[in-house]
Amino acid sequence: MAQPTRQNRKKANETFSVAMKPPRSRRRKLLMWRDAALLIAPFTLLYLVFFIFPTLRVVQLSFTDAPLIGNGNFVGLANYKRLLGDFLFWKSLKNTGYFVLLTVIPNTLFGLMFALMVVRLKRLRSWVLAAFFLPNMLTVSVVTLIWQWLLDSQFGVFNLLLGTKFAVFSNPDWAMPAVAFITIWWTVGFNMLLFIAGLQAIPKEYYEAASIDGATGNQIFFGITWPLLWPITALVLTLQLIAQLKIFDQVWLLTRGGPFNSTIVMLQFVYREAFQNFRGGYASAISIVLFLVIMVASIVQFWILRSGRR
Amino acid sequence: MKNRMSVPGIAGTVFTIFMALVWIFPIYWAIVTSLKLESKTMTNPPQWIPIPLTFANYTRVLGESGLFRWYFNSFFTSIITTFLVIVLCALCGFAISQLSFPGKNLLYWLLLAGFMIPGQALIVPLFSMLADFGWVNSYQGLILPQVIAVINIIIYKQFFDSVPVELRDSAIIDGASTLRIFRSIYMPLNMGITWALAIVTFIGIWNNFFWPFLITTSESMMTIPVGITQVTDSFGVQYARTMAMAVLAGLPVVAGYLIFQKRVTEGIMMTAGLKG
Repeated sequence: MAQPTRQNRKKANETFSVAMKPPRSRRRKLLMWRDAALLIAPFTLLYLVFFIFPTLRVVQLSFTDAPLIGNGNFVGLANYKRLLGDFLFWKSLKNTGYFVLLTVIPNTLFGLMFALMVVRLKRLRSWVLAAFFLPNMLTVSVVTLIWQWLLDSQFGVFNLLLGTKFAVFSNPDWAMPAVAFITIWWTVGFNMLLFIAGLQAIPKEYYEAASIDGATGNQIFFGITWPLLWPITALVLTLQLIAQLKIFDQVWLLTRGGPFNSTIVMLQFVYREAFQNFRGGYASAISIVLFLVIMVASIVQFWILRSGRR
Repeated sequence: MKNRMSVPGIAGTVFTIFMALVWIFPIYWAIVTSLKLESKTMTNPPQWIPIPLTFANYTRVLGESGLFRWYFNSFFTSIITTFLVIVLCALCGFAISQLSFPGKNLLYWLLLAGFMIPGQALIVPLFSMLADFGWVNSYQGLILPQVIAVINIIIYKQFFDSVPVELRDSAIIDGASTLRIFRSIYMPLNMGITWALAIVTFIGIWNNFFWPFLITTSESMMTIPVGITQVTDSFGVQYARTMAMAVLAGLPVVAGYLIFQKRVTEGIMMTAGLKG
């Protein structure tokens, strides 16, 4: 496979503009346009129908009282006003924030820790890597089935070993931390892979030079590894934040948002209003807010991470 | 690097192995439970290895639930979606990378905008549109909305950008058509990333819960991730059977990962924004 290098990419761009931009004749130009249209048409068509149109439509629906299926009447900002006074909206916003707090940074740190643990191994390496990564290959409902069994209040292995009958998913204080922990168990392998790639990209000479100079383990980590790994750390944090703000599956499967709405999250609130209460317009307004929350959080995080680079 | 034979080195290795065992334990426990008699799942203290060993739970799950049907639905949906994603994204990426045409920048920005908008925010209009089409509980409904995987276009564009243009130019001089150039030069040179993307896409679609959960309401159209949540309700608290089903549901992708480990890793790196 051709390895992309900076030189040939630059060259490619130069030749691109020389050879392709001014085609010899009008006919060749039209032929190229035709080819291009045919090549982009299939994807673009699907993209317009299943992405661009729904994007515009969700904005429009958020100003109507539409049911799940069909049009509604224009109601102005009524959905948004109602949202501000909706107890469940604030609850779901708060719970989503709590979930993000419980997952994003711990998941990143665990990923880094596992990566550091894996890269120093030799013979055991592929086994340990597989152990940390395999949960990531399971679908969410398999993950939740397994953990429902492990944490079963009657015969779950943890309760048997501890001699307790603790029903974690029906406890308002512990349900969300449990969902967060299971999420970390499930997804940390992905972060670990990214960190491993980042660690392998750090030139060995730096470590050799540092150990010749007699640097301690801590000095090496905070002087070389951590700063050079920062772009990866920033990437992982960003991917994590966006992914966890969209939490729904695990919460739905483990707690259905309960007990007493203590785990209801934003996307579930959208689902509930749209698919259970058939309020499409209202659910669209919540979707817009969810989108804005993700947008603002990403931008804020981007600024924080950029200044964190130093 | 520190000497791995030193005392802290050995302690680190021991801790690593301990954590790996802790991490894999839930999967071990699911497999062990699935191989027990139902009555042996509830012993106290717990039975760490299944005695007697039985496969009855597996035969029962395969016989009594709609698992075969869901396997088929998952397989069909994932194969067709993956095929469409790869072909359509490669074609589109090729056009953006190698051809100049009016509206190209607009298209590119429109695609990049797709990264900013989470698909989950679009479920209301998307579902209502598919309901209008009559596509709820249909393969079209399962497949087509999942084909919109813009990241693959960006990746293909980057890789096509770095194919030496001499190859293309000499083919143009020889009178090759655009499609021919795509088929005979650009795709063969990028088969490595194509396999990596295809495997990762397949796994992603196979494991996807949210969209099939919304668009399928009848059990016969469900995919594995959604279908198995229905059975638990009817099984009640029969954990050996439930775990047998969980193992069967997880098996294809886990096996696929163990076979294609390198490709999976490569594909994950690329789709996360790190070039392979």
